[in-house]
Amino acid sequence: MLITRRAALGALAASPMLAAPAVRAQAPVQITFNYPVAVGGPITKVIDGYCADFERANPGIRIRPVYTGTYQDSITKALTAARGGDAPQMACLLSTDMFTLVDEDVVVSWDELPGAEKGWMDSFYPGFMENSRTGGKTWGIPFQRSTIVMYYNKDAFKAAGLDPETPPKDWAEQVAFAQKLTRRQGDSVTQWGIQIPSSGFPYWLFQALTTQNDVRLMNEAGNRTFFADPKVAEALQYWTDLSARHKVQPSGIVEWGTTPRDFFERKVAMMWTTTGNLTNVKANAPFPFGVAMLPAGRRRGSPTGGGNLYVFKSASPAQREAAVKFARFLTEPERAAQWGIDTGYVATSPAAWETPKMKEYVAGFPAAAVARDQLPHAVAELSTHENQRVTKALNDGLQAVLTGRAQPVPAMAQAQAEADRILRAYRG
Amino acid sequence: MRGRATLHAWLMLGPAMLLLVAFTHYPVVATLWHSLFSTPRGARPARFVGVENYAALADDPVFWQALSNNLLYALGTVPLSIGLALAMALWVNGRIAGRAALRVAYFTPTVLPMIAVANLWLFFYTPDYGLVDRITGFLFGWGPTNWIGSQETALGAMMAIAVWKEAGFFMIFYLAALQAIPPVLYEAASVEGASRFTVFRRVTLPLLGPTTLFIAVNALINGFRLVDHIIVMTHGGPDNATALLLTYIYEVGFRFWDTAQASALTMVLLLILALVALAQFTLLGRRTHYR
Amino acid sequence: MSATTLTPTAAAQPRLRLGLWLETLAAWTLALAWAAPLLYALWAAIHPTGYATRFELFAPLTLDNFTAAWNAAPFPRYMLNSVLLVTFVTGCQFVLGTLAAFVFARSSSRWAGVLFAIVLVQLMIMPDMLIVENYRTMRALGLVDTVVGIGLPYVASAFGIFLLRQTFKQVPKELEDAARIEGCGTFGILWKVYVPLARPTYLAYGLTSVSYHWNNFLWPLVITNTVETRPLTVGLAVFASTDQGIDWAIISAATLLTSAPLLLAFLLFQRQFVQSFMRAGIR
Repeated sequence: MLITRRAALGALAASPMLAAPAVRAQAPVQITFNYPVAVGGPITKVIDGYCADFERANPGIRIRPVYTGTYQDSITKALTAARGGDAPQMACLLSTDMFTLVDEDVVVSWDELPGAEKGWMDSFYPGFMENSRTGGKTWGIPFQRSTIVMYYNKDAFKAAGLDPETPPKDWAEQVAFAQKLTRRQGDSVTQWGIQIPSSGFPYWLFQALTTQNDVRLMNEAGNRTFFADPKVAEALQYWTDLSARHKVQPSGIVEWGTTPRDFFERKVAMMWTTTGNLTNVKANAPFPFGVAMLPAGRRRGSPTGGGNLYVFKSASPAQREAAVKFARFLTEPERAAQWGIDTGYVATSPAAWETPKMKEYVAGFPAAAVARDQLPHAVAELSTHENQRVTKALNDGLQAVLTGRAQPVPAMAQAQAEADRILRAYRG
Repeated sequence: MRGRATLHAWLMLGPAMLLLVAFTHYPVVATLWHSLFSTPRGARPARFVGVENYAALADDPVFWQALSNNLLYALGTVPLSIGLALAMALWVNGRIAGRAALRVAYFTPTVLPMIAVANLWLFFYTPDYGLVDRITGFLFGWGPTNWIGSQETALGAMMAIAVWKEAGFFMIFYLAALQAIPPVLYEAASVEGASRFTVFRRVTLPLLGPTTLFIAVNALINGFRLVDHIIVMTHGGPDNATALLLTYIYEVGFRFWDTAQASALTMVLLLILALVALAQFTLLGRRTHYR
Repeated sequence: MSATTLTPTAAAQPRLRLGLWLETLAAWTLALAWAAPLLYALWAAIHPTGYATRFELFAPLTLDNFTAAWNAAPFPRYMLNSVLLVTFVTGCQFVLGTLAAFVFARSSSRWAGVLFAIVLVQLMIMPDMLIVENYRTMRALGLVDTVVGIGLPYVASAFGIFLLRQTFKQVPKELEDAARIEGCGTFGILWKVYVPLARPTYLAYGLTSVSYHWNNFLWPLVITNTVETRPLTVGLAVFASTDQGIDWAIISAATLLTSAPLLLAFLLFQRQFVQSFMRAGIR
């Protein structure tokens, strides 16, 4: 009977958890805060620490932080729970999930919340707010935000006869530098000039190229896309030419997850990736490296990225008040600065960059400020109604071109047709 | 007396049947029900649309690609994993040096969590300095190959991982079957001077028939179910080259949040699996009846 | 049939010896390929991250990856949860499976056949596809974020019932009759005759079930919220982060830490495991 007894023990051990949510309902205001982890390091401990600090300062409120996996797992979990009638009160989710959350009618706008003053909501970089507002309402508060920058190997620059302090400033230079940096041995390449990753979410990196080519991918209402614009195809042509014509980038799909490692292994001299990688590159690159703004096409440009804070409709008035307090606590300049230093995310408000701690950090590590300086050129990440479906249409088109199965113009026309079909229902 | 026995039978069956119905059959019926309605979104409640979701599927090129990819995936992985499982079982059952070590090696994939292993495979498939490229470069002098980043090789690369995950598990079943074959049969064959191959073909293989059938059915089901690594590694890309039915269900249901469409897709998958089941009952049923 | 007894005949047939040699080579090559991820994980876990992609014999050794992995999430608690989970699931599967299989094995009525077919439906249907519906059910039962909630959908297992039924069918009728003459009731017969004879099946099925639930990911992620209930795999997902690229050294360390119990169990019991499959008559 050993087995059944053990099973009973298991059930017994589980039962207190079963009862817990019901018992605590009357106690101090409790809110559940779902958050993803998208960078390395003991992030869960940092967040737990924030919650503990906050509870000490606000004895009437309890925060229950729930780590919910990757961004994708997090939105899956939040919406599954919301549909099961069990949503969290607050969550950090992608800024691009805004339309999805609004369409699902599960979040409340910050404007309606008690204690969320306009001054506070305007204290963040406007570049980050572009993805947090639609229809005149603010749905998200920037928390762990990022953008794309270029990392380059200074040793490789020297070896190729380039000045390690002068990264490429425009598209033509980027190709020219990459050609010098590509090292061939017979038929094989020992070092590629550049890598712009194209696995998983190629649209994000592509959006940097389109922005630089001075074209927008969607409108502010999120119900129209402009994939068929000739300038979009032009940007895609530039990207695929890096592999097909100039042969300075590996052909096929460049894997996002292994690109930093390619960089450390000196398999590639310049890479485009998120600012969230800064801490990682700093710790692991076995050579001096530089961080630069992305080269300009017709203009400079990069999309923003990363996560915003959302409050869910399921929150009671008391919980909403507590959620605002917690969000304000998390975004205080001092804390935003520390969070940026710990994780490599871009501190979200100008005030955070003015704190002594941040100034000292930037003085010792100027690369950290590149993302901030690029922010004035940044645009909102592609986000529309039925966001993932529309981005998939674009992603499929991009990957078809990059793997040599399609030409830019027809591929983008097809992606636009698909996006039109999906978005028609949202045009009033 | 008869009545009491029936009551006993029902009491013993009850808990298992109740849970099975609650977590398998009821959700299936609910899925079918939901597949006939539109997806509720915020203020717009679900409304009855009949077969509209199924019609939309028929118009969806990604669905057709996922379907054909999946058939290819099943057709590729099933024979290969069965063949390798049989070879493995024969080896570790035979006279090869270091049987115990081989047995453990073959079985390791079953024990490792896919969520972590998929990331290790990502390294193996990395162009140039990845393990696969290093080995093919050393042995055949091939240049770097972008295994999971090009349309031609991505699905094959995913199939290799599935075979790797499954063959060792199936080996155990074959091994058990092999060890249960009476040695008398082999002795008789060797007295007659039959070659090893003849013994294998005339004695071993026929006796492994039921096992093969059992494994084949399981492998076929796994051919539609084993997709964790695809979700971690390629998300069905590049350009849907590795999209399978289940990954597409996950995408439509949990990324697009089009639960109605996902329900329709699920019903298609269930239909395919039902056909597999039907084949199982007609083939396996005949075999097991003599007992 | 060992190699030594075969040598004289083998010497007479050089082709056979060559064949055997080739087969050994093939078997070992395959084994190497199959164990490669584990071997690689061992390499990457005990060297600094820089060596995760470079294989140098005298690379410095380190245990930092294990410390970093261990500190990135509350693994001791996750480990306990995983143990609770697999104990609960496997235990219940044994009890429910035994009772149901017993009925199916002994009954020859049409109804039993129909019910058995209904049970077998679950062999085809994967709970991963039914997540939304099952979440609703769990919510209605108040079992969200409990270990019971993770396990319950799997507790009645068609695979287990099927295997046990096959085993029970092979129990000779005479044994049952003998027990009945000695005065055993239905449960007595089940407990004293059937269960002991099916012990190998329990071991074989138990191990496969444990390894499945130890490694299951999506459903536990969706149904749990807190450190107090989450199993190891959900903790492991911390390292599958997408923003930063992959740190193979830490992933390897974490993989080894989490699969160590299963790997050790298999290494220790592999002989009994295979033998039990054999005796279980799964064929």
